[in-house]
Amino acid sequence: MDVDERSYLDHAAGSPMLPEVLDAMTPSFILPGNPNATHTAGRQARRMLEEARESIAAEVGAQPGEVVFTGGGTESNNLALLGVAEGAGPRQLAISAVEHASVAAVVERRDAVVRLPVDSDGRLDVAASRQLLSADTALVSLIWVNNETGVIQPVSAAAELAHTFGALFHTDAVAALGHVDIDFAASGADLLSLSAHKVGGPVGIGALLVRRGVRLRPVGFGGGQEARLRSGTVPVALAVGFAAAVRLAGDRLAAEAARLRLLRDRLIAALDQLPQTRVNTVEPAGPAIVNATFAGTRADDVLLLLDQAGIDASTGSACSAGVHQPSEVLLAMGRSQADAAASLRFSFGPTTRASDIERLIAVLPELVVRARQAWG
Amino acid sequence: MRILAALSGGVDSSVAAARLVEAGHEVVGVHLALSRNAELYRSGSRGCCSLEDSNDARRVADLLGIPFYVWDLSERFAQDVVADFLAEYSAGRTPNPCLRCNEKIKFAAVLERGLALGFDAVATGHYARLEDRDGQLRLLRSADSAKDQSYVLGVLNAEQLSRSLFPLGDAVSKAEVRAEAAARGLLVAQKPDSHDICFIPTGDTAGFLREQLGSHPGDIVDERDEVVGAHSGTQQFTVGQRHGLHLSVPASDGRPRYVTGVDPQRRLVRVGPHSLLRVRTIEAIRPSWAGPQVLGRRHGLVQVRAHGEPMPATIVAEDERLLIELDEPAFGIAPGQAAVHYDDEVVIGSATIAATRP
Repeated sequence: MDVDERSYLDHAAGSPMLPEVLDAMTPSFILPGNPNATHTAGRQARRMLEEARESIAAEVGAQPGEVVFTGGGTESNNLALLGVAEGAGPRQLAISAVEHASVAAVVERRDAVVRLPVDSDGRLDVAASRQLLSADTALVSLIWVNNETGVIQPVSAAAELAHTFGALFHTDAVAALGHVDIDFAASGADLLSLSAHKVGGPVGIGALLVRRGVRLRPVGFGGGQEARLRSGTVPVALAVGFAAAVRLAGDRLAAEAARLRLLRDRLIAALDQLPQTRVNTVEPAGPAIVNATFAGTRADDVLLLLDQAGIDASTGSACSAGVHQPSEVLLAMGRSQADAAASLRFSFGPTTRASDIERLIAVLPELVVRARQAWG
Repeated sequence: MRILAALSGGVDSSVAAARLVEAGHEVVGVHLALSRNAELYRSGSRGCCSLEDSNDARRVADLLGIPFYVWDLSERFAQDVVADFLAEYSAGRTPNPCLRCNEKIKFAAVLERGLALGFDAVATGHYARLEDRDGQLRLLRSADSAKDQSYVLGVLNAEQLSRSLFPLGDAVSKAEVRAEAAARGLLVAQKPDSHDICFIPTGDTAGFLREQLGSHPGDIVDERDEVVGAHSGTQQFTVGQRHGLHLSVPASDGRPRYVTGVDPQRRLVRVGPHSLLRVRTIEAIRPSWAGPQVLGRRHGLVQVRAHGEPMPATIVAEDERLLIELDEPAFGIAPGQAAVHYDDEVVIGSATIAATRP
């Protein structure tokens, strides 16, 4: 089957670059200038870079000076978490139990980390979290739209909670961009992570929004670019592409969110009809992600069968040596190991059509039966 | 056909998969994660199936344009293969884990899962042939007798064989297979074969057994029950072994001594002269059939080691056991090994050696 004949339902992992983005980027690819240089070529490059920065800032309710370009969502998250609790002062990092690995794995680098609990829908338990924070809390991190389940977190309440303890608030908005309205200034967040390729921009660039006055220590070192927060030559072409993608996402937000929500709800309704199948995406949720548990199967087997049927989907969670592990997010929501290993994520994007959803709905019943047989 | 190709990351399974793709089958590659030993996820290990091997397998699948998955069968493997391996050594027998793996994992657990998912067969890079003889599917030695691996497949039954494929069976030599790998652009063409037991990456079986079963020292006794040395654990010894005995009392005839038996209960290792290793009759239990059952008496060939010589013998087969009378005596046959019997190049069946008589 041709790639074009397949149904790509893994946009949360990466969305194909939009043609308009490629068009926007092409002139800047052949520019020789390093935006840091003072000569003409440098000025040309810098102008494109700063225009990209201003454009992104405007779209997400931030000041241009608050936009730090990074290598992607992971790097943005790493910078937020590692950059905040250095030296004397509060050291504890409070992260929710349902964060992406680029936040959750901070435990490999820091000892003073506490996990904030979520309810069975995967939403932050604000009351319980309050008990775990203290004057020693430097940062609270809560993912805005969960990349596995699509569930929307109470980010304003979490920001307020963090601030009452004198802590900063960070939110991973990678899966939120293009699906919910992001207004950095209004959100209460001090730090916010974005990624380009989830909205049809190029892979390899993202941003960390850093509120004016927030002090961060850089993770890397070098030429001191990006207000000394992220050394290294900023890839101008990628920044231009990022800006184009963010602008398109903003322009199309209302219409796309509505369109995708219809597709999402159609899929959820069909999944609700399947035996021993539980939908893990519960409102309020983003319009583009549906997570479901097919009890009595191995997620890997369902993915194998879906791939064979021309459908690209994923579990949304990490692999260890090539073997999908039970989803930490679902485990945090109180699901069993077996269920957490039997769950899949379907995610939509600009190229997703109703026919993709119908095709999925048509193949699932028999496919899940087969996967149950394979489980034993 | 829809075929599940087991890809170990080695050259044999890679070429096997490549041949199937070329033949126009719908192939899906699967790498088996069998060990829970964290060490195996370090590259450069001597056994199979480290992370490096998994990546090699994935690379081959990508090159062939086929889907690739890693199946974690480590729990079943631990139960069916590793636990059996340890139990056999504890009982003083010498197991063959590769055989057990074929019997319980590759052509059982993997096959079951594959069939349920809609595959028609499992393919491996084993050197063996499947051919139709008189309307029956039979397992045969490979064309290259030096590489023939029909011995480790002899434990499979007719149903398992009907769902198996061995694309390398007609290969003329290993060199030919490597050359083919290179010609196909498979980077694993020059990768050395793994010879060790896959779950003992260091190659130190004695060390592994010591670690798992503990050290239970005891005496080494000769054929007159006299103590002639000491050992640090019976599991390091197998019938026919000559090295590693470190006897304190030399043999009266000045000739080498060999392990003639192992008694873990009494923590004894028995040694004696070469003549005591002589075997004429083998009693083997739990017979399996690679085709139709052939009960009663017949003359054929028997092989008792993976790369052992096929020995002419009279085989009397009953439901529960085989009694094998070798035409010529053999020396040093260890209980626990498989006795695979053939008619010329055709595998008839297999059974586990329980006892031997001179």
